[in-house]
Amino acid sequence: MYAFELERPTTLADAIKALGGEEAQPLSGGQTLIPTLKQRLAMPSTLVSLTGIDELKGIKNEGGTLTIGGATCHADVAKDGSYPALSDLAGHIGDPHVRNRGTIGGSLANNDPSACYPAAALASGATIVTNNREIAADNYFTGLFETALDEGEIITAVKFPIPEKAAYVKFEQPASRFALVGVFVTKGANGVRVAVTGASEGGVFRWTEAEEALSSNFAPSALEGLSVPADGMIGDLHGTPEYRAHLVGVITKRAVMKAG
Amino acid sequence: MPADGGIGAPMKRREDVRFLTGTGRYTDDLNRPGQAYVYFLRSSVAHGKINSVNTEAAAAMPGVIRIFTGADFEGIGGLPCGWQVTDKHGQPMQEPGHPVLAQGKVRHVGDPIAAVVADTLDQARDAAEAIEADIEELPAVIDMKKALEDGAPKVHDDLTSNLCYDWGFVEENKGAVDEAFANAAHVTTLELKNQRLVANPMEPRVAIGDYDPAGDNSTLYTTSQNPHVIRLLMGAFVLGIPEHKLRVVAPDVGGGFGTKIFHYAEEAFCTFAAKQLRRPVKWTSSRSEAFMSDAHGRDHVTKIELALDADNNFTALRTETYANMGAYLSTFAPSVPTWLHGTLMAGNYKTPLIYVNVKAVFTNTVPVDAYRGAGRPEATFQLERLVDKAARELGVDPIALRRQNFITQFPYATPVAVEYDTGDYEATMAKLEEIADLSGFEARLEESKKKGKLRGLGVNCYIEACGIAPSHLVGQLGARAGLYESATVRVNATGGLVVMTGSHSHGQGHETAFPQVIAEMIGIDPSMVEIVHGDTANTPMGMGTYGSRSLAVGGSAMVRATEKIINKAKKIAAHLLEASEGDIELKDGAFSVAGTDKSVAWGDVTLAAYVPHNYPLEDIEPGLEETAFYDPNNFTYPSGAYACEVEVDPETGKVTIESFAAADDFGNIVNPMIVSGQVHGGIAQGIGQALLEGCVYDEDGQLLTGSYMDYAMPRADDVPYYAVDHSCQTPCTHNPLGVKGCGEAGAIGSPPAVVNAVVDALQRAGKTEVTHIDMPLSPSRVWAAMNQ
Ligand SMILES: Cc1cc2nc3c(=O)[nH]c(=O)nc-3n(C[C@H](O)[C@H](O)[C@H](O)COP(=O)(O)OP(=O)(O)OC[C@H]3O[C@@H](n4cnc5c(N)ncnc54)[C@H](O)[C@@H]3O)c2cc1C
Repeated sequence: MYAFELERPTTLADAIKALGGEEAQPLSGGQTLIPTLKQRLAMPSTLVSLTGIDELKGIKNEGGTLTIGGATCHADVAKDGSYPALSDLAGHIGDPHVRNRGTIGGSLANNDPSACYPAAALASGATIVTNNREIAADNYFTGLFETALDEGEIITAVKFPIPEKAAYVKFEQPASRFALVGVFVTKGANGVRVAVTGASEGGVFRWTEAEEALSSNFAPSALEGLSVPADGMIGDLHGTPEYRAHLVGVITKRAVMKAG
Repeated sequence: MPADGGIGAPMKRREDVRFLTGTGRYTDDLNRPGQAYVYFLRSSVAHGKINSVNTEAAAAMPGVIRIFTGADFEGIGGLPCGWQVTDKHGQPMQEPGHPVLAQGKVRHVGDPIAAVVADTLDQARDAAEAIEADIEELPAVIDMKKALEDGAPKVHDDLTSNLCYDWGFVEENKGAVDEAFANAAHVTTLELKNQRLVANPMEPRVAIGDYDPAGDNSTLYTTSQNPHVIRLLMGAFVLGIPEHKLRVVAPDVGGGFGTKIFHYAEEAFCTFAAKQLRRPVKWTSSRSEAFMSDAHGRDHVTKIELALDADNNFTALRTETYANMGAYLSTFAPSVPTWLHGTLMAGNYKTPLIYVNVKAVFTNTVPVDAYRGAGRPEATFQLERLVDKAARELGVDPIALRRQNFITQFPYATPVAVEYDTGDYEATMAKLEEIADLSGFEARLEESKKKGKLRGLGVNCYIEACGIAPSHLVGQLGARAGLYESATVRVNATGGLVVMTGSHSHGQGHETAFPQVIAEMIGIDPSMVEIVHGDTANTPMGMGTYGSRSLAVGGSAMVRATEKIINKAKKIAAHLLEASEGDIELKDGAFSVAGTDKSVAWGDVTLAAYVPHNYPLEDIEPGLEETAFYDPNNFTYPSGAYACEVEVDPETGKVTIESFAAADDFGNIVNPMIVSGQVHGGIAQGIGQALLEGCVYDEDGQLLTGSYMDYAMPRADDVPYYAVDHSCQTPCTHNPLGVKGCGEAGAIGSPPAVVNAVVDALQRAGKTEVTHIDMPLSPSRVWAAMNQ
């Protein structure tokens, strides 16, 4: 770790001000950022902690929309239960330490191609709320570790319309237990949405063929014969592109089955 | 005997109280006054020529005390290798130098180039980043077979090739073995890999060098399984410090699994630098550093063949193995694929003719050395996979084929130079059938089918050689050390005992098991016995803990020393009781005169030894303290039979362990709870190897599995409930306790059971072309095998 200043604002306004400084970076649960700093792969001069800001924390269920503060930790989402598939997802991120520190805002800002929350946000048609604007999930994820967030812009909340049916199935990478392939499916006012994480070199994506097939028949059998091409899938020591492409089909079926 | 604390009592481990409450004292908990910190600048390339290392700017940075490079170690010894293997032509192995800090070249990612000592670790690290190391990258050799090709880049320019040795065992038998293969009714062949593993003890390595100028004494605090061995190797071969001027302390050590046996550069560096700088110097490995600097394990590529006659009797076995040494020879590396592997190739079977060929190869990777089981897991894995494959090819039951070929007469001299003293392989197999409920397998198979899962059953046997080792024998085989063990038993005036043992404990439970033996011998409560280990200043010269040797060798030394104590105490008791020594009996902590009610308590005798008012001073000295060294006259041979049932998800290839049973013969058992724990841990590591773990380099020698994000360790939910049994006991015939050792068995016996089970599941599902899958059996590999 290199030396840095730590700011611990208690209001959003103070946080934004602090983030205006030279080489300042938000720190949320630190579950991604702190290991990066320990390896000296980043050198921010100031870290602005978000977890002391009450207005960034908490979960509200209003009119079928679940609003989760950006600095809300995974364990709180897991406990909430008003969007069961989302709570289930949060309850299977990492281990208890990670879940009690790591936050939804940090996860979505980081947009790790193997992370779980991006699949939930995209499949739910969630809205990413920042200090400046609201971004539809469809426009938010722009590539590996890339998002529509501007420099200094922070996620203050995420709004999830609660669908009628939903489920997340994560097939774990054996070492990290992040998603080797994770699929989140929803059926609701927005129709059927299928989002896949872990698999693609482009990060989380919607599997539109599956969505179409499931729109007319929301059952695993509707996916028979459908597959994604191996081209563009991640290949590494945990699985070839062919294996990941195959898993997308299998795990999507399981997610549909689980969603019932 | 003390009803609740002698031999055979399942006592809870007394040391666990401090381990589980955070009051253990590990090396990193120690800090010396005025201590400085070292950070090692390590190579980021696998192979490179060091053109220059410019430390000028770095040396001027805040807090920097001094920066050392390879040049500072010129004229100082390199890290020694403790075992010399002789090749099949009678020539000694090629033995390259291993400088403390790289000189001329870097040879693996992680090879230390420079060491920065500063007031704080961050300052040392900052300065290390400012070092300008001009390293010209050279082509690396990673694959062993490519490393042996003509014209391959050489890891060591001063050697003739990357071949360390080409070993034939027993070379004289080769012709007869080949002939048996020519005459065989059936030959089964299998090619496989025993993948490279990283030991990953929970506690990373730490070293603190300290120097006292007043007495010219050096002290090294280190995470070691064998402090005396480090003192000897480092003192005599690296730094030239006589042993009486060097103290090595290995306090609580958080797991070793072999990788803390060896003498490492960081230990020598800290000891050296502390003396140079007149300041204590501390190094604590990060987990990332551990991946690239702790000696790795396994990494064999093998072709093995079995010849059978028309009645399915094994007639000959032939193997060819490539064993990766990595870039340098770690302390005991050459012995692992040879004397700890070739000698085990008979397994549990009476195969009359065996030939083992091993080519040890240098590559641009981290050195490889002993890891839990060391050579014996590699032997067991290939043999037990092979026998399974043979049974399948012959259409016979794999258990029946094993039984038919079991060794049944003991002692049994194998064709690979060892003599098994005792064993009963039929007994452990029968016990396994019972505890694994093998007869219920078909019903469980049906249940799995209903769930859409492929179920498989894998069974295997194992034999291992431990209680390492007879010094006269290992001396002939190239060991540059003796492998006895020592103990000093000190009885205090009030009757309590302190045992100073050369056996180090880093998770094995010596502090609980050793007192149980003494409690049994004297008839006192085990709480009256304290175990001291891990400090060369207060324990006799010992060889440390590895090779499942502590109780068999270290425990035997303690028994011998305690026998001397008892003999002397009987003399004192005879004097106190005014009886003849021959009539004195020791029972339940009291000496009595046979056939009378005259007796004197243990504590009265020990008091007399130190307050010798009424004492036979003309015959014996006061005091009650004895030392014994014990050198075994054979290895011990634990054996057993293991069974694993798996389910394979046909859609994803994911394997889950449904059950695991282990029937072991460890000879006599001192503490069955500790034994079960050792077996559980060993099996967890074996399952880890079979399903999860694997150290992977890319072809440029970059470590792809440099953290837990990519190196998969087994976790609690990866392992099942274990059915373990150690009621089959054929006591060792040549040590006083009749014990064999249990520390490595689980890791040795379990990988083939898991792989046999997965192959069985796929075979039952009609995938008859799948006869082997290389470990780890990750979902992607199993799926690929099913869809090849
Ligand atoms: C052992 C382990 C296992 C894990 N397993 C999983 C898993 O199975 N699935 C999974 O999805 N994740 C997993 N994670 C990641 C975990 O969910 C992290 O918590 C998450 O990725 C980052 O969240 P954080 O709050 O810790 O963010 P931090 O580490 O604090 O920050 C991450 C990045 O986001 C930025 N940032 C943080 N908050 C905001 C904000 N509100 N607005 C804008 N930018 C912000 C930071 O500047 C930084 O660049 C695991 C992590 C660990 C350590």
